[in-house]
Amino acid sequence: MKRRGLFFLQLGFTLFVCAFLIVPMILSIMAGLTVNYFVGIESGLTLRWVMEVWNGYRDTIFLSIGLALACLAATLVLGIPAAYVLAKRQNALTRAIEELLVMPVAVPGLATALALIVTYGSLSGFRTSWAFILVGHVLFTLPFMVRSVLAVLMAIDLKTLEEGAASLGAGFWERFRDIVLPNCRQGILAGSLMVVTLSMGEFNMTWLLHTPFTKTLPVGLADAYASLRLEIGSAYTLVFFIMIVPLLLAMQAFAKPRPAKFVAEETE
Amino acid sequence: MTGTGKPVSIALANCAKTFADGTRALEPLDLAIHAGETVVFLGPSGCGKTTTLRIIAGLEEPDAGGKVLFDGVDVTHLPIEQRNVGMVFQSYALFPNMTVAGNVGYGLRIRKVPDAQVKARVSEMLAMMQITRLADRRIDQLSGGQRQRVALARAIAVRPRALLLDEPLTALDAKLRDTLRLDIDSLLRSLGITAIYVTHDQAEAMALGDRIVVMEHGRVAQIGKPREIYQRPATRFVADFIGTMNRLTGTARDGVFRCKAGAVAWPEAPATATEILFRPEDIRVAGSGEAASLQGTVASAFFLGDRTRLFVDVGEERPLVIESTARRDFQHGEAVGLAIDPRGLLVL
Amino acid sequence: MRNELRRLIFLLLPAGIFFAGFFLLPMARLFFIGGSGKTGWAAYAAILTDSNYFNSLLSTLAVAAATTAATLIISGISGVFLQRNRFPGNGMLVAMLTFPLAFPGVVIGFMVIMLAGRQGLIGQVTQALTGEKLVFAYTLSGLFMGYVYFSIPRTILTVMAAAEKLDPKLEEAARSLGASPWRVVLDVIIPGLKPAFISAGAICFATAVGAFGTAFTLAAKINVLPMVIYTEFTLSANIAMAAALSFVLGAVTWIVLALARTAAGSSVAAAG
Repeated sequence: MKRRGLFFLQLGFTLFVCAFLIVPMILSIMAGLTVNYFVGIESGLTLRWVMEVWNGYRDTIFLSIGLALACLAATLVLGIPAAYVLAKRQNALTRAIEELLVMPVAVPGLATALALIVTYGSLSGFRTSWAFILVGHVLFTLPFMVRSVLAVLMAIDLKTLEEGAASLGAGFWERFRDIVLPNCRQGILAGSLMVVTLSMGEFNMTWLLHTPFTKTLPVGLADAYASLRLEIGSAYTLVFFIMIVPLLLAMQAFAKPRPAKFVAEETE
Repeated sequence: MTGTGKPVSIALANCAKTFADGTRALEPLDLAIHAGETVVFLGPSGCGKTTTLRIIAGLEEPDAGGKVLFDGVDVTHLPIEQRNVGMVFQSYALFPNMTVAGNVGYGLRIRKVPDAQVKARVSEMLAMMQITRLADRRIDQLSGGQRQRVALARAIAVRPRALLLDEPLTALDAKLRDTLRLDIDSLLRSLGITAIYVTHDQAEAMALGDRIVVMEHGRVAQIGKPREIYQRPATRFVADFIGTMNRLTGTARDGVFRCKAGAVAWPEAPATATEILFRPEDIRVAGSGEAASLQGTVASAFFLGDRTRLFVDVGEERPLVIESTARRDFQHGEAVGLAIDPRGLLVL
Repeated sequence: MRNELRRLIFLLLPAGIFFAGFFLLPMARLFFIGGSGKTGWAAYAAILTDSNYFNSLLSTLAVAAATTAATLIISGISGVFLQRNRFPGNGMLVAMLTFPLAFPGVVIGFMVIMLAGRQGLIGQVTQALTGEKLVFAYTLSGLFMGYVYFSIPRTILTVMAAAEKLDPKLEEAARSLGASPWRVVLDVIIPGLKPAFISAGAICFATAVGAFGTAFTLAAKINVLPMVIYTEFTLSANIAMAAALSFVLGAVTWIVLALARTAAGSSVAAAG
């Protein structure tokens, strides 16, 4: 019976933690849809705040989506070949390279952004374009793509599969197209979701890298939180939730492992 | 026809292999494999057999100075994708992103064979390996034995000049191994292809090889037909690695070899012999009233159904192994007289 | 095979060039600019010698340490519980707990405001109960709350993954030897989860040290290092000092993660 008590104690605790995470989200969603949050829900529901956000901050939403997609394209092009090399050769050098690639995630975004500004800030055409932010996002998200693809490549017997394809006459690029890419698509997909989600939410670097003409969604959020009434901040957050929730749900679905199959021998 | 391209003869000249970390996997090796022949590389793990196969395949290059010749043409620096060899891997290396049919047809699609012909060849291969009904299955829906058949079909589909098999049965359980061994044997005979088969299993080697290359520590210990290797092993390593070998230590004089347990008459005994070797089938328990050359006591007896395997203590370091087909029980500690057929005696 | 090496180098080249041009080079430049201010290379020592900077360093490290401890305890309890007990709604709870995984710091800050801000839930509840309104969102406590919120999802995932790999036979063996449930937790479960705790804890710590968005949303008054750097850069236009401080900050987080990786013996994925 003592075990039962312990179970409910832990369950209660876990439910409390859940509430800690979920309640503010619900409050924020409600605030974004209420006429006057200070008065409460009885002041009525409205889409006015959401519309105001849409009219005022539409551009930030499109810029963030565009940036996320460009970032995805860049990390695919840079990351998949890099992951392949790291999977193919495992020695001190490739481990050092992997370590280096992860540094932009370990080092605070503020430092990376400052470094980019002091180095390239004087190239004004570059500094004021969204490509400047893109560079920061790619630095930050590339390790996630590389690691995600690398994890899958390490889990399959890449070397033997490639040798098998080579024995059938496939040259390097044919092997890469027919064997390597299809067999790490799980990793590519998981990595892509991660990259898009992170790029959409990136603030630490973006706040320093952005200009008044290149505001992303989180930058707009920070603006709204700082200067506008709570309801608009909430409505804006709601918009952000709507954009990011499908990505997060997809990521959760992906994280679930598949049970291994066993096929019994049968004779013909 | 279900066959292949014209079988190729393969020659290795002075092929050695040293890996990047300095380990020497293969000492300089010369070897000639005739067109259409099945050669088995046999040896314990780390003996260099797989390295040799990979050099022939084009997955490894020999150290400088080594040469690989296909029909006399130097292919040493040709990568595997240009050698037109079929290869079956120990782990099968089937592509999980393709169906069974996709796997079998892959080599043909790479060669830009028209779709209709690919399809025809794939069904022909699947039928030959008796896996037609698996055509649309994914690889993870196959059992080990089925995977092995797919791997074979895939390797043969491209009509390779030679078929290279790297421990293809090792991952399977014993009973399945026996079935597939028979299938592979009849397949190799019917194709008439040059085949190189790597294994550490001497029974597989005996059953499949036209010739066996026994390897040890990166060197060839002996090359020969299965019967030669078994009956006339060239070294003590070969004698011990293949089959069971009994030993008696003692001295030879005047055509008689004397040891602790008695004396064996052997007219051809070399005067220098201090140890003689023979197979379990060349020694038997002497019947009552029959002259026995050795006396021993039964240390253990295992009834195996068709025969009894006896371990008989004769005062040597290891007991003698004897296969008895006598319809009787043997007791632990029972004294037995033993008769040896001198035709099976060896000195190494 | 020489060919293959060339090909691998070629494949690594795009990422290599990008990384060298946009990270290594800028970081090197940041390092030199840090030493080019009025005080020269002494700027790198300022974080220890200047009492203002040193105090913000201390409060930064204190918040980070508190965040790490609280997150590990919370996630340890709930993570092991959810992994061990299968009950209806379990999957739902896991989904909810890992949901805020990729929320940016600014949004986290806003969540803290919704809970502990001037119009927040905690304030309303405390006012109704005691007549006094409890508001702490705009202080170090609020920041601590935000970092815990941010760290729980990824830490729970790490703990659950590690708990799944724990061999239940070890616990059964300990119990068969007469160990009480508490001893089992102490002697079997915690040691088994130690690598996960180290790596997840290091990530908590590193994010709490380097994060900026949450503090930015809550208030410019919170005296933590990232805010100080931001102020130096924008308001004081003291680029050299900002560079020196952020380089030190970067080095600290990187070292924490590297140490944890050595200690945990496995790869520590960095945080978002």
